[in-house]
This record gives sequence, structure tokens and C-alpha cells, in this order.
Amino acid sequence: MSENIASIQKRMQRKQANTGGDHSVHQITAYEVAALVVLVIIAILFIFPLYWIITGSFKNAQDVIAKVPVWFPTAPTADNYVRLFARPAVRWLINTVFLCAMSMALTCISASMGGYALAKKKFVGRTVVFSVFVCAMALPKQVILIPLLKEMAFLKLHDTLWAVILPTVGWPFGVFLMKQFSETIPESLLEAARIDGAGEARTFIEIVLPIIKPGIGALAIFTFITAWNDYFLQLIMLNDTNVLTISLGIAKLQSELSNDFGLIMAGAALGSIPIIIIFLLFQKFFTRGITMGAVKG
Amino acid sequence: MQKTALRSGMTVNMRQARRRENIAGYLFMAPSLLFFLGFVIFPMVMCLVYSFTSYTMTEFSFAGLANYQRMFQDAIFGKALINTIILVLVSVPITCFFSLWVASIISKMADRTTSFFRCVFYLPVVTGSVAVTVVWKWIFNRYYGVLNYLCMSLGLINRNMNWLGDPSTALWCILTILLTTSVGQPIVLYVSALNNVDQSLVEAASVDGATNLQTFWRIKWPQIMPTTLYILVITTINSFQCFALIQLLTSGGPNHATETIMYYIYYNAFKLQNYGYGSAMGIILALIIAAFSALQFKLAKTDNG
Repeated sequence: MSENIASIQKRMQRKQANTGGDHSVHQITAYEVAALVVLVIIAILFIFPLYWIITGSFKNAQDVIAKVPVWFPTAPTADNYVRLFARPAVRWLINTVFLCAMSMALTCISASMGGYALAKKKFVGRTVVFSVFVCAMALPKQVILIPLLKEMAFLKLHDTLWAVILPTVGWPFGVFLMKQFSETIPESLLEAARIDGAGEARTFIEIVLPIIKPGIGALAIFTFITAWNDYFLQLIMLNDTNVLTISLGIAKLQSELSNDFGLIMAGAALGSIPIIIIFLLFQKFFTRGITMGAVKG
Repeated sequence: MQKTALRSGMTVNMRQARRRENIAGYLFMAPSLLFFLGFVIFPMVMCLVYSFTSYTMTEFSFAGLANYQRMFQDAIFGKALINTIILVLVSVPITCFFSLWVASIISKMADRTTSFFRCVFYLPVVTGSVAVTVVWKWIFNRYYGVLNYLCMSLGLINRNMNWLGDPSTALWCILTILLTTSVGQPIVLYVSALNNVDQSLVEAASVDGATNLQTFWRIKWPQIMPTTLYILVITTINSFQCFALIQLLTSGGPNHATETIMYYIYYNAFKLQNYGYGSAMGIILALIIAAFSALQFKLAKTDNG
């Protein structure tokens, strides 16, 4: 919190300095112009794949395989989408949304409680628990997939969406992030609640939750986006056509009809546009989540 | 008399308080610990156990270090290791340098412009690895790809290249896509780190007549060092785990030119059902990543003086 305020103050000061007749001092150098030009060109290259997905999804069969690329669909068609929805694409989307929403809800509940305990409860073994959480984050997530597959088969959860949800909730990043946010809760507030005779549950709900709400927002959006795009885990756990996610659906389209780019792009658009919209809507939360989650060396 | 009574009363109270704190702490921890132990720690331990077994569809028996020995004789594993290290050694420095450069430009802009560029560079991450990969597959396509058309028009090549099918270019194609999907997060982190640099020091330096470059290296760089370190570590982990790109674009081919450890683990464990061998490679990968992270921490410490 205090860090944020400090940075805002700094920005304000800088803005004032910039507007306060500093223009004559600061001359735009040739380097800055050149850098900006290069930056814009690179930015266009970063946008291009998305542009190509969207325009490609509206191209007709000839435009898609034209020798000279058709930069903008000349005769836009919805045919690719019609063919996409002839497949169980809606099902893929529903599965994905369920998976992401469940992962998000469970992660937020368990991580906000765990993060608060790690930050404010002086229980025996706290340091050990925290160290294990941090170390686990540095390990490659995919390495545990082999035993995880066996475990899910044992629990009879293989080929259900829960096989993806449970490991996502278990990933320690959320607890770590919520600990960072919980550190900002003033000790005096908790003390006051204790003196007022508030129980642990009430303190958590009435004092802690309102303070760490921005953190929960950040974690929610972060988990949602990560779960949406966690292709490897989905690939291993989900085979049945009834439980395919949108990512797996697109991959399936690609492996079945490798040169039907129009249809594949329609799938890619369906898989990416919703999550991009969500990202743009909640961008502020997301950025804060990433920044707060950075381990300060 | 009274004093001792008071003291013992205090300790009982304190002991009770401590016990309450313990119980409350673990109750709050319970849900996350349950998920964490059940679906992260337990599989990790089992991974280690599996790595000492011969575990396939039909058999499950103790095999000692056989899996580890096999790795050293496996030429494809060697190739995968080399490719993975190439990916890491090329992508990590470029990602860090590029994102620092972008952040240093956009952090000076108006808030709206900063957040616009931040979004643009984050776009490939949000779009998702599968969507990004399928569109790149089209862009790289030998007959219908934009890349061939552009290179032909610019006179860079005189016949259509099979970018993903040619052992000499395939890995570089993967690397390009990997780079576009890994700079997003570092840029966000660097922008916020640069905004948090102590402004009074920067002003003092410019009063003393320091050039922009001097100010950067002497004042800003040391202050953003923790961020750099964090970015190095996460980018390294990401590059080591590069999987979706490989699986969807080349399946490790042509002729293992794009084989990476992560893909080879997947291939062995989930295509050949060779769980023991796959787990052993996973353990080695985890150790390599840990070693790289430790090395980066050490270098950063000495660099910082």
C-alpha cells in the first residue's frame, strides 16, 4: 500500500515537473524519435498474429490459400463460423468457462485464507510452510504431470474437468500473492478487533477481506487467464470429447484439417477473443497482480 | 507470593493465546495446504519415486538408477538438452534486454500510452499458446504463409522456404514465437520498477551533469536489480518449459531439430507410456532449472557488489 502511494506521489511530482515549463529544457533527441519508430513497428508485429486470426476467420476458401496474401478479407464470410459451430464448439467454450470459474473461485477462497495466515498468524512451522511454497513455485509445473495423471486415475477423476481444476488450485502462487497483500493489513486493526472480542472468522470476514479485496481481484483474473491457457495440463488430463476445452478443440481442428486455415482461425478467434476482452476489462487488477507477485530478491 | 501467582497466570494466558494462534493459523491454512500437499507436493514426491522404477503400461518394478543411466546413453535426450539450452541462452538475455528497453521508453510516456503498449506486448500471452501457435503455423506455411510472400517480395529468398520443416530454420521459428510470448510480463514488471526508482537520486545525478546512460547504469540499474533477477528466473523457467509451441508446430521434428526436454518427456511418458523414464528426465530438468536459478542469484549478488 505505502509503496503504491509513494509511486503515485512520484508520478505526480514528475508530471508537475513536466508541465511546469520544463519543456524547453527537455529536448526530444534523435534517439528518442528513432526508438519510438522502432517500438511502433515492433508493436505492429505483436498485433499482427491477432489481426491475422480475426481477418482469417472471415476469409473465404480462395482468399485463405491465395498466393498473394489477402490483407483484408475482400468478400467476408461467416462460413468458417458456421462450420465451427457445427462441431461441439459451444461445449468446448462452456467446459472452459466452468473450468476457469471453478479454479478461480476455489483459488481465491483457499489462497486468501492461507495468505492471511502466513502473513499475520504466528503459528508454529510458518517459516517452513512458506519456504516450501516458494520453492515449489520455482519447480517446473509440468514435471509433476506423470504422477498427477496416475493420481487422478486413482481418484476416478481422469477425464473430468476436476482433474485440471484441483492442481490449478493447488499451485502455490495464489497463496504467495495473497500473503504479499495481507502484509499490508495494519496490525492495530487486528488488535482492535481482538480487544472488541471478535472471533477469528469474524475478523477475517469483516476486517481482512475488505482490505485484501484488490488482491483477490488480481488473483481472480490472473487465475482465470492462466487456467484458460494452460494447454499442457488440459492435454494430459482431458481426452473424452465431452470434456474438451477450447484450447484442445483448436488443437484438434488443426491436427484434423491442417490446411483449412479459415476454420482453424475461427476456432482460434473463439478461443482468444473472450479472454482478451476479459483481460482488457480487468487489466488494472491483472497488472497489479503480476507486480505484487514478483518475489523481491 | 502475589507476584508469582500473577506471572504463572500470565504464562497460562500466553500459552493459551499461542495455542489459539496455532489452531487458527492451521485452520486458515487448511484448504490451501490440502490442495498444495495433495496435488503438488505428493505428485512431486511420487515423481522422484517413479524415476527409480521401470514403470510402463505392463510393468512396475524397482530399477535403481537405470533410468538415469539410460539418459546419458540416449542421443535424442542429448539433442533435446542442447536444443533446450540454446532456447534458454538465446531467449533469456533477449527477453530481458528487450523488455527493459521497451519499459524504459514507455514508462516515460503518458499513462494511457504506457498502458496501451503494455497491453500490446502482453497480447500474445493472453491470446493463449494454442491460438498463437496455429496462426504462426499459417504464417510460416510453405505455400500459403505470409512470411514466404514477404521474404520473396523483398528478395531475401528466391524460392519458398519450408521454415518449420527445415532443420536449420525450425528452431529459430520456435524461438521467435517463444520471444513474442515471453516479453509481456517482464515489461509490466520493469515499467513498475522504473516508476519506483528514487526520483531525487535521478535528479541529483542530472544536476551533476550525468548523461542519460550514466544515470541509467549508476542510479536506476542497481535499484531495479531485484526485478531483473526475478525476470531472469521466471524467463528461464518459462523457456525451459517451452512445450505447446513444439507439440503443435513440429512435434520435435524435423529429425529432432526442435526436440526439447519438455517435449521429449511428454513423448516418452504420454506417447510411449514410459513413466519411469519420463519421471527421471523430469527430475533432471528440475535440477537443471534449480541450478540455473541459483547461478543467476549468485551472479546478481556479485554484480551488485
